[in-house]
Amino acid sequence: MSNLITPELLQNIGKTEAPRTELVTRRDIRKYSVATGQHRGEFLRGDVAPPMFHIALFWEVVEMSELTPDGVFIDKLLPEFPLKRAMAGGWKIDYFKPIHPGDVLTATRTLTDMYEKQGSKGPLIFYELVMKVEDEDGAPVLNERITRILR
Amino acid sequence: MTEVLKFASVDVGDELPAREFSCDIIQSFLYNAALWNAHRIHFDYPYAAEVEGYPGLVVPGPLMGDWLTQCVLDWLDGAGTLASFEYSNRRAAYTGDVLHFSGKVAAVDVPAGTVTLELLISNDAGDVVTPGKATARFANG
Repeated sequence: MSNLITPELLQNIGKTEAPRTELVTRRDIRKYSVATGQHRGEFLRGDVAPPMFHIALFWEVVEMSELTPDGVFIDKLLPEFPLKRAMAGGWKIDYFKPIHPGDVLTATRTLTDMYEKQGSKGPLIFYELVMKVEDEDGAPVLNERITRILR
Repeated sequence: MTEVLKFASVDVGDELPAREFSCDIIQSFLYNAALWNAHRIHFDYPYAAEVEGYPGLVVPGPLMGDWLTQCVLDWLDGAGTLASFEYSNRRAAYTGDVLHFSGKVAAVDVPAGTVTLELLISNDAGDVVTPGKATARFANG
């Protein structure tokens, strides 16, 4: 086992980015619902957001100079890892209340963990990001934990 | 007329309706546009093949996660809501692949009024592509 996760990298665990606030629009819900092939009218009309809509709502919008040559945004919450190629990994989401047009939601992301595993084709780095989404009153809307894999 | 799903009639082992999915390049474009995702493995075939070594354009992982939630909500049909959901992308799928959803009831928590579901998207070869798990809370629980 190589040691890709150095003590310096580990110091980044617990780092939190500045909260980001976004307005939910019916048009954005409709675009997401069409793009994902939803069947249900309440989603296609944009009356309420499908469960994974927040991924689109809070995807980073950065300038093109901040995209890597493979088209991925440079996530400033993350340290520079020694492996670069991203694979999707996994998601865990706890839902507390639905998302509607007109909602103003705030997301706060924290880097909560990183570790190394040996894959069949070489070492892999795993890291975990927790995103808490709240409404304007500070009530929880959802919590999401993403595990991403670098190869 | 479709019968309304009732919590009391849900049993461990009940199967969710099967569904097939296939993401073509237009859906992949719309999905990545809705996210604002420019990752070239989804739309630039020479890059995906020559640089990343993929045999095709990669179906976005979270899109398959979304499909799992759709199958749960279609089964619930308004009788309950999604309380939690998790999934992982075990292997890549490619635009044009025919993918198969299956799901079943893994547990019923009567006092809590919740049902735990095991979910799966597999490919034509039978490989596990996207396994998942969801907890649904019933309104009539």
